[in-house]
Amino acid sequence: MASAAQRKPLGLRITIYGFAIIWLIAAAFPFIWTAWGSFKVELDFFSIADWTYALTGERTKAEYGSAFTEAGYRGAWIQEEFWRNVINTFIVCFFVVCTSLTFGTLGGYALSRSGHKYTFWLLITALIFRAMPPITLVSGYLLPFFEWNLWGILPTTIIVLVAINQPFTLWMLHSFFQNIPKELDESAKVDGCTQFQAFRHVIIPVMWPGVITTGLFSFLLAYNDFAVTAMLLSEENRTMIPEIAAYLGTTYTEGNVMFAVAAVVSATVPLFILVMFFQRQIVSGLTAGAVKG
Amino acid sequence: MFLKKIALAGTFAALASTTAYACEIGARVSIVGNEFPAIQTVGAGAQECSGAEVTTNLTADHQKINVPGMQGNPAEYTSAIIANSSIVALMNEDVIRPLDDLVAKYGGGLQKSQLITINGNIMAVAFMANAQHLMYRKDILADLGVEPPKTYEEMLDIAKMIRDKGIMENPIGGAYAAGWNLAQEFNNMFLGYGGAHFKPGTAEPNVNSEAGINALNMMKALSEYMNPDFLTHDSNATNAEYRAGNIALLNMWGSRAATQTTAEGVTDAVKAGHAVAGPMTVGGGDTPASTLWWDGWTVAKNISDEEAEATFVAMMNGIRPDILQDPEVAKQAVWLIEGYQPTEAAVGVFEAAKMGTTPYPMLPYMGLMHTALGNELADFMQGKESAEQALADVEAAYVAAAKEKGFLQ
Amino acid sequence: MRHSTFFWFFLPTGAAMLLFIAFPLVSVVLQSIYAPHPAVLIEVENCTPLVGCTTETTIDQDATRELREREPLGRFVGLEIFFDRGHLAITEAREAWSSSQSWGEYFDKLGNLPFYRAMAFTLTFTFVVSPLVILLGLIIALTVNALNERLRGLVIFFSLLPFVVTPLIGSLVLFWMIDSRGILGSFIQFLAGDPSLSLKASTGLMWVSIIVYGVWHAAPFAFVIFYAGLQTLPQDQVEAAQIDGATRLQQVRYVIVPHLMPLVTFVALIQLMDNFRVFEPIVGFNAQAHAQTLSWFIFNDLGGETRQLSSASASSVLTIIGVAILLSPVLVRTWRDFKGKV
Repeated sequence: MASAAQRKPLGLRITIYGFAIIWLIAAAFPFIWTAWGSFKVELDFFSIADWTYALTGERTKAEYGSAFTEAGYRGAWIQEEFWRNVINTFIVCFFVVCTSLTFGTLGGYALSRSGHKYTFWLLITALIFRAMPPITLVSGYLLPFFEWNLWGILPTTIIVLVAINQPFTLWMLHSFFQNIPKELDESAKVDGCTQFQAFRHVIIPVMWPGVITTGLFSFLLAYNDFAVTAMLLSEENRTMIPEIAAYLGTTYTEGNVMFAVAAVVSATVPLFILVMFFQRQIVSGLTAGAVKG
Repeated sequence: MFLKKIALAGTFAALASTTAYACEIGARVSIVGNEFPAIQTVGAGAQECSGAEVTTNLTADHQKINVPGMQGNPAEYTSAIIANSSIVALMNEDVIRPLDDLVAKYGGGLQKSQLITINGNIMAVAFMANAQHLMYRKDILADLGVEPPKTYEEMLDIAKMIRDKGIMENPIGGAYAAGWNLAQEFNNMFLGYGGAHFKPGTAEPNVNSEAGINALNMMKALSEYMNPDFLTHDSNATNAEYRAGNIALLNMWGSRAATQTTAEGVTDAVKAGHAVAGPMTVGGGDTPASTLWWDGWTVAKNISDEEAEATFVAMMNGIRPDILQDPEVAKQAVWLIEGYQPTEAAVGVFEAAKMGTTPYPMLPYMGLMHTALGNELADFMQGKESAEQALADVEAAYVAAAKEKGFLQ
Repeated sequence: MRHSTFFWFFLPTGAAMLLFIAFPLVSVVLQSIYAPHPAVLIEVENCTPLVGCTTETTIDQDATRELREREPLGRFVGLEIFFDRGHLAITEAREAWSSSQSWGEYFDKLGNLPFYRAMAFTLTFTFVVSPLVILLGLIIALTVNALNERLRGLVIFFSLLPFVVTPLIGSLVLFWMIDSRGILGSFIQFLAGDPSLSLKASTGLMWVSIIVYGVWHAAPFAFVIFYAGLQTLPQDQVEAAQIDGATRLQQVRYVIVPHLMPLVTFVALIQLMDNFRVFEPIVGFNAQAHAQTLSWFIFNDLGGETRQLSSASASSVLTIIGVAILLSPVLVRTWRDFKGKV
């Protein structure tokens, strides 16, 4: 590092640290606020009477004798059995990530190693598919899925999410593989390997940084999806996000917003942990070339 | 203590034996419906049946999946729980069957008023009723020395008094969230002014009329006394305002009356002051500015007769009169089941029925009108356009949709 | 690579996309040019609880069934639905043109038509949020890069949160906070010195809120990409610039930004696509009175008591065409790159 030459003037340092603090607050405050509020009753959380109630918990005190209550968590986890949705979410995420990466590495590798004209059109088609609103597709699924008795179960949702996720995975991995020198597998082929053997013995050992980063994006997509899971999963197979939406209630019915808030906080915790463990991976994977294209 | 235990054991045994005896089915049953507590109760009751599998899928998105789920052959769902607004979609697609023979065979316990007949055929069995009606703070009204309002004009007067005295800034609440809720409030007001949504016997729209303009102007006048965010307030948000003691008068669903003061954190003043009354009239009319609703169940067309029979038997078990013995269940809704004793919370809905409230129109194209109203009225409520322009937009949006669906040529 | 080898490698991903994206797309296009058959209506007597019997209108199923069986796709309407008032509104737009005195009045009338209303917000959102995201992402990346090593990890961790959080949840959280009695709402009222100010009650402020949410949500994505790019910045170039006496701003402008340019294109591309199909914030913010987007427009047609499949399909096709137009500059460039490479 040229840090000695780069010593920053005081004004610049203040600006940098000032901006970093402002951005930190903007990024983190909503989460802290929600986590704090999740231990209150609804009227305090929304501070419908007075905004300071959200801090002091006036109504929570009146109800529970303390400014904090775990009633929302108890309701969501025990009464509504939110853990079932958590398990479903992790099943969906696990299979979506594995399948997406398997399909994606094979396809992305092929696209990066073939010079034929159709690879361009395949990539462009994938790009257009990537740009389509998923809501457009979901309505088309309903009738055939009901007809073939595939509606409502986890495998259907998994394969749909994999398919919707393929364009992005393909693009990421395609540009990642392009940065792995062609000579590597070419020379393996000269040594008598088939294309698949070359892929297995030469490419697989060096592809992990890009694959892990791509896998994280697939995970996020599956974890956060609302449009597909809400429409394609039956009540007992719901993942977390549609379940949270269900807690919010409808016109006729009383929602239980605090269950939703507690569930929101619970659903965000795994994401925290994920980012904590993988933030280096994300950056290094991207640096390794997945976004150079 | 010992005696009590024996008595308890006895009731359990009796309950167990009656259900086992009463509900034996021979084919699969699969139910789709909304998710509120009363429907959960009915679904759980149906699942008590033995002999074959009974599955339920109770979700707020039921309207998006019930039609495709019943169009297949055999249909995924053997029964859909619907309301008078949503049975129309099933009728339009012709996916539910007439129940006359099943009612004759198994429907002994049903009251005549529970049978929804369309064109002489029984198409659904209703089990609960609902309507929007007045809820108010009797303590505040008593302080002012006024009676609860019978008309929307009186409601405005009282709201003005409350504001002028400085008791509350925005004393009126209403589920005016743009979309379905706002359209529903318009329907109430429009019917209250004697309007009819369509030219008789046709699918031609008829909302751009004097009644429509009056209805919009009244809604605008009411909104002056509402929280400025009213276009984002659905019934959940409106109730939260009421519970926090921010509003004194609101037109709210009867199905919400029982839980209005039981939620966490409701202030004591609201708990003590909460009261319900029948719906209000408007513009000197006799018909209340509200609509009457029912919820009921249907049986799919594209299933075998054995499955239809099993479904009917299981659903009958879900709405058998003795579910009302549980006081919690009795409070969940205004039940139409025999032996139901209206609770205090049910007064509003019964009053609505007595006053001759119009049922929500059960017309094939009403859903399209409702959607058009929900989309086009927000501009008027924000003061961006005139009532005439808003209603003209509604009609134009409706006509485009009705042409697409083949209701208009 | 031989065609057959390519085929086998590409088969799983290709089949998944064909089955679950391409086929539904074909059915969407078909649905947009076919509409349900005309319904034969009859007057019947209906009986309902608490009310009694009334005369109402319903569909004559026997008369309608025959039509349906003969042509199960529905009646062919060509582009009629694309041109009706719910979509491109050709007649209404032309009328508005001939009856308007000025451009302002014309756009006013156009804005009253649902499709153009949704289009207006979608385009505004796309073209305001995308550049802001790139700019903010770049600033954050430069800032983080200038922090000392120990602080970096912490800042990266928190910076990524708005991006990884579920969009529906993120927008709900922000929506709760900007309520006129929420903490942000109260703070803004305090800043503005106007206790009756409400972000949710005015269209303009609602647009601003949703745009702020959009930037908040997507900026970390741009940040992490740019930050990764900064790690590969060739130090010799920076040093050369320093020796030439370039100021810091000049270094950013002439060394760093050109180095990051391919990444800027990448982020811009992803942002254009994602922002054009923005949907969750409209639901989360309960904003349909003030702002509608094309995705929301499709969603709305599919909801309600009567699903308007043909209308939703037509809107979908129009959205896809819109996306293709937006992406066309990038497509052309990729084609040139590709031809250059082969």
